[in-house]
Order: sequence, then structure tokens, then C-alpha cells
Amino acid sequence: MTKTLVTMTASLALAAGMAAAEEVRVYNWSDYIDESLLEKFEQDTGYELVYDVFDSNEVLETKMLAGGSGYDVVVPTGTFLQRQIMAGAFQKLDKSKLPNIDNMWDVIADRTAKYDPGNEYAINYMWGTTGLGVNEAKVKEILGDDAPVTSWDLIFKPENAEKLAECGIHMLDAPAEMIPAALNYIGEDPDSHDPDVIARAEEVLMPIRPYIQKFHSSEYINALANGDICVAVGWSGDVLQARDRAAEADNGVVISYYAPDEGAQMWFDQMAIPVDAPNPEGAHAFLNFIMDAQNMAAASNYVYYANGNKAAQEYLAEDVIGDPAIYPDAAALDNTFTTTPFPPRVQRTVTRLWTKIKSGT
Amino acid sequence: MRRAVLIAVPYLWLLALFLVPFIIVLKISLSDIALARPPYAPQLDLNEGWAGIRAFFAGLDFENFTFLTTDDLYWKAYLSSVRIAAVATLCTLLVGYPIAYGMARAPHEWRPTLLMLVILPFWTSFLIRVYSWIGILSTEGVLNQFLMGIGLIGEPLTILNTNTAVYIGIVYTYLPFMILPIYSALEKMDESLLEAAEDLGSSRLAAFWLVTIPLSRNGIVAGCFLVFIPSIGEFVIPSLLGGSDTLMIGKVLWEEFFSNRDWPVASAVAVVLLLILIIPIVLFQRSEEKAREAGR
Repeated sequence: MTKTLVTMTASLALAAGMAAAEEVRVYNWSDYIDESLLEKFEQDTGYELVYDVFDSNEVLETKMLAGGSGYDVVVPTGTFLQRQIMAGAFQKLDKSKLPNIDNMWDVIADRTAKYDPGNEYAINYMWGTTGLGVNEAKVKEILGDDAPVTSWDLIFKPENAEKLAECGIHMLDAPAEMIPAALNYIGEDPDSHDPDVIARAEEVLMPIRPYIQKFHSSEYINALANGDICVAVGWSGDVLQARDRAAEADNGVVISYYAPDEGAQMWFDQMAIPVDAPNPEGAHAFLNFIMDAQNMAAASNYVYYANGNKAAQEYLAEDVIGDPAIYPDAAALDNTFTTTPFPPRVQRTVTRLWTKIKSGT
Repeated sequence: MRRAVLIAVPYLWLLALFLVPFIIVLKISLSDIALARPPYAPQLDLNEGWAGIRAFFAGLDFENFTFLTTDDLYWKAYLSSVRIAAVATLCTLLVGYPIAYGMARAPHEWRPTLLMLVILPFWTSFLIRVYSWIGILSTEGVLNQFLMGIGLIGEPLTILNTNTAVYIGIVYTYLPFMILPIYSALEKMDESLLEAAEDLGSSRLAAFWLVTIPLSRNGIVAGCFLVFIPSIGEFVIPSLLGGSDTLMIGKVLWEEFFSNRDWPVASAVAVVLLLILIIPIVLFQRSEEKAREAGR
């Protein structure tokens, strides 16, 4: 009896172990893929896919730093990726298992190499800019026809922000986005790591603080689409999703996205494999699947973000590849900046400044 | 022997579920932030033997605790959390006591049903219940539409994203924890005591004040602790219902842990919070015991 029980337990454990080996666990941002691709991956490769989502880099980072997350593929943004590589959270990619890597676009790969020299640890999934989502009709009604909708003046000038407060302004709850934008606006280096320079962001953000209805990194999509607010600082693809939701709802709300004239922050979401991934083989299979030109194009056509895949461009829908808000032209790309991660002491200054801006304390 | 085993069980439980986690947090609070996995140093390296253990202890210090005194954010957040938790506890008591009283005075056959109704909300996820308050309290929400519909107000009230919404959220969430201990105290009360009080010329109000309240005192104290302690460190309610200027220690802790990825300072904040909670409770119990001994 005991013997049968032991055998049974052993075979059960074995079965469980095998099932785990066949699983690929992916942890990606919410609303960030065409879900039919998930089924396609299972059909193409025979792996079972477990797909979980998160909504902030901080949550992902804490899981990576704690270790043992159980995920095989995760999607940090460039600056976070760089710090996590330094902390030893990822394994180098085995490029012999990634034949589709030849599809990648050198223009983007050159930029992501800033975070991941030689692109040894990660591949680009999507990229975009941080800018202004504007309900132009409402804004022009308040500020007049010459409202500076393509400039940070729209909200960084207190007199404009004060007037727009009545129709509602949302701002990303992300100091790593807002502080570089404020520094860039006053002509400082947006990637500065000098606490005295960073402190100058306060001059821009503190005076407009009373006019910000909410600091939040995802609610603005619905708020813009419903016409509840008229300006949001947001991520390009999210604002475009708001634009499309408003168009679908046919509620008379028209939303536009502008990468500000002063220069917009460009960011890259990168797929990487944790150092302790239970199934690195399956993780490589997933990355290779994503880098397939048609699959990558399907994802971009669905979420309205640009990708770092050159071969995918011929499969992109015209309203994606042809939209300068998603794929900016060369001149607009030159007018962007990127940032690098803050060292711990400086990070503390940044978080403290952000708390002060949000809470007034 | 059997007695020793019986006593050991709860102590082992306390050791495993309270002391061990606390020592781990305390240990992290004495270390320094590092770019590593996990993100703090020193790590205990047992392979090095004694030298490793000595090096580990040499790396610990109280720097993070001194840091907490250098920025007024922390004591302001502690103070604001204590104030919000205290006000919310008082409100919960004012709402919960009459409910518990009504339940204890209800006919016997109703009581199981009433008890069931109090516990019923627990069957839905806490998060969903807090989310639904967003739908009730927002400017276009159910409450404002109702109040404007009956013509009581002309402009929608701004309740969501203020401290008022946080109070409402805490009172709603923790109400059962206040009702249940008070109910159990009131239910055990001998009603003939009230008759005796009235026979001796006491008014009903005076009897309530002089007999019922003191006899339900243990329930009130237990209920207040059960509400006050979790709400002081509450994170979900202030982040979903509160505004950006709602300052609570749970949010500060989240930021230390997630935004600054400074686990050592986050742990120091947690240790201080624990001390703030434990010291008054221990003092309170001491005075309770003294009062009991004096009464004897």
C-alpha cells in the first residue's frame, strides 16, 4: 500500500514537473498584445502559454529583484531593463535559437543598445513617445484657436493650465517621465542625474500642481475617450487607443496625439528572459515567435504602438505605419530624447520631489 | 508534560508567524541598499563559516532609522495615518454599535440571519467592493446622480479622491470587525440587570449608559483595536479612493519599496510602524491588568 502510494506520488510529481516544463510563462503590460497571437503561439510551438499582465515597471522590477518570479519572459522598459541587467536579473539570449532576430530594425536596435550594450539580453517589443493627448475642440474653445496644442506650453504655462483645469488635465503618475519633460522644457538636460538640476523641475511642476485633476498612468485613456478631460500627458499608443475608442463610441469626442515641439521622450519596452526562468527553451521560442514579421505586425496593428522590427513594416496597416504619431519621420525622431536610470541616492531625490508635487508635502 | 505541550503550541505559532518574519524585516532594515538580487547588502553567507557571519553582522547599522528622522515626510505620514485611523475607528464605532445593539436585542430566531448578513460582504473580493465605491462616489456616480435627481444638490459633490472617501471606505470595510465583538458582548449580557436598574429608579437612557455600555466595554475595546490597527497601515483604500494629497504610511512604504527600490528604508518604516502600534497596546493592557487587580 505504502509502496503504491509512493509510486503514485512520484509519478504525479513527475507529471507535474513535465507539465511545468511544457509551459511558457509570459509577464507583459496590460492591453499590450493581440490576444489571438497567444493562441497562435500555442498552436505553432506546442507549448502551453500562461500570460499574465502588470501595469507598472515598479511592480515588475520588485519581482525581478526578489527573484523566483517563475516567469520565462518579461517586458521592462529600457531604463528599468538596464538597472535589472546590472543587478544580474537576466540571462544572455542564445541568438542561435532566435533565427528571426535578422528581422530587427537597426534604427531601434542602435538606440536600445544604450540600455543593453550589444542587445545581448533583450529584444525590442514596442517603442513610442511620451506626449500630449488633446481634445482640440474643447481646448480651443477655452484657449482660442491659437492654443499651443503641440507644445508643453499648453500645460506647463500656469495661465494655460489654470484655464484648462475646468475641463480637466491628467498627468502620468511616473516621475521618470514627467521630470525629464519638465527639465527639457526649461532647457536643462532631461537625462541629468544632478540633484540640483533635478530640483529645478519643481519650478515647472509645482505651480501647475493645483490644476492637475489626477496623477494616474492608465485612467486617462477612458477619461479622454469619454470627454471627461481635455488634456492628458500620456504614452503615444494609449492616447491613440483613446482616440479610437472615442471614434467607435461616436460621441463627438476627437482626440489627437502630439509629440511636443520641445522634444519628446522616447522609450522602448524590451523582452528579456529572467536568469532563473524555469523554461528558457520555451522563452526563446516565444521571443522568436514574436520577432516573426507577421506576428509582430499583428501586435502593432492591434495596440497602435511602433515596433522595432523592420520586416514587420510591410504587414502593418496603413493607419499604423502611415501615422506620424506612431511612426515619426526622421526629423521628428531626431527631436526626441532618451533617459538612463537614476542611481539609488538620486532616485530617492526624484521620488521625494514627486511625492512633494503630488501631495504638496 | 501535556501541559507544556499545550502551552508550546501557541508560542510556536507566534514564533513562526510573527517573530520570524519580524526578525527578517528587522535584519533588512539594518542593511544597505545595493544593486543586486535581492537589492540589499550584506547577505548572510553561511559557506564562509564564522568569518561570513562576523562580516554579516559588521555590515549592519542603524543608518536607515536615523535617515527617517531627517525628512519630515515620515512623521507627517505616521501622524496623518494615526489621525485618519482614529477618526475612522470612531465613526465605525458610532455606526457599528447601534447595529450590534439591534442585533443583540432582535428575536432569537432572527439572529443567525442577521449575523449572516453582516458576514455576507466577505464573500465578495475586498478589491471589488472598494472599486464599486468608486462607481458610487465619483462625480458622475450613483450617489451624485441620486442627490441631483431628487434636487437636493445642484452641483455634483466631490467626494472621490478626498479624505472623506477614505473614511467611507474604511468604515465600510471594517464595519463587521466592529459589530461582531460588540454583538458577542451584548448578547451575553443578562437583561434582568436592566430591569433591576429601572426598578431602582434609573431612566432607560441612564441604564444604557451605566449598565449596557460598561458591560459591552470589552467588545468595544476589541472592535476598536480590530479596526484601528489594520486601517493605520491601509494601502488599498487610500490609493483607490484617496486623492494625491492623502498622506498615509502605507503609500509611503509602497513608494520606498517599489519606486525607490530601497528595501532597507522600507523595512525601517515598517519596524517603526510596528513599534508605534505595539507600545500603546502593551501600555493599555498593563493599565487594564492593574485596574483589574485594584478592583479585586
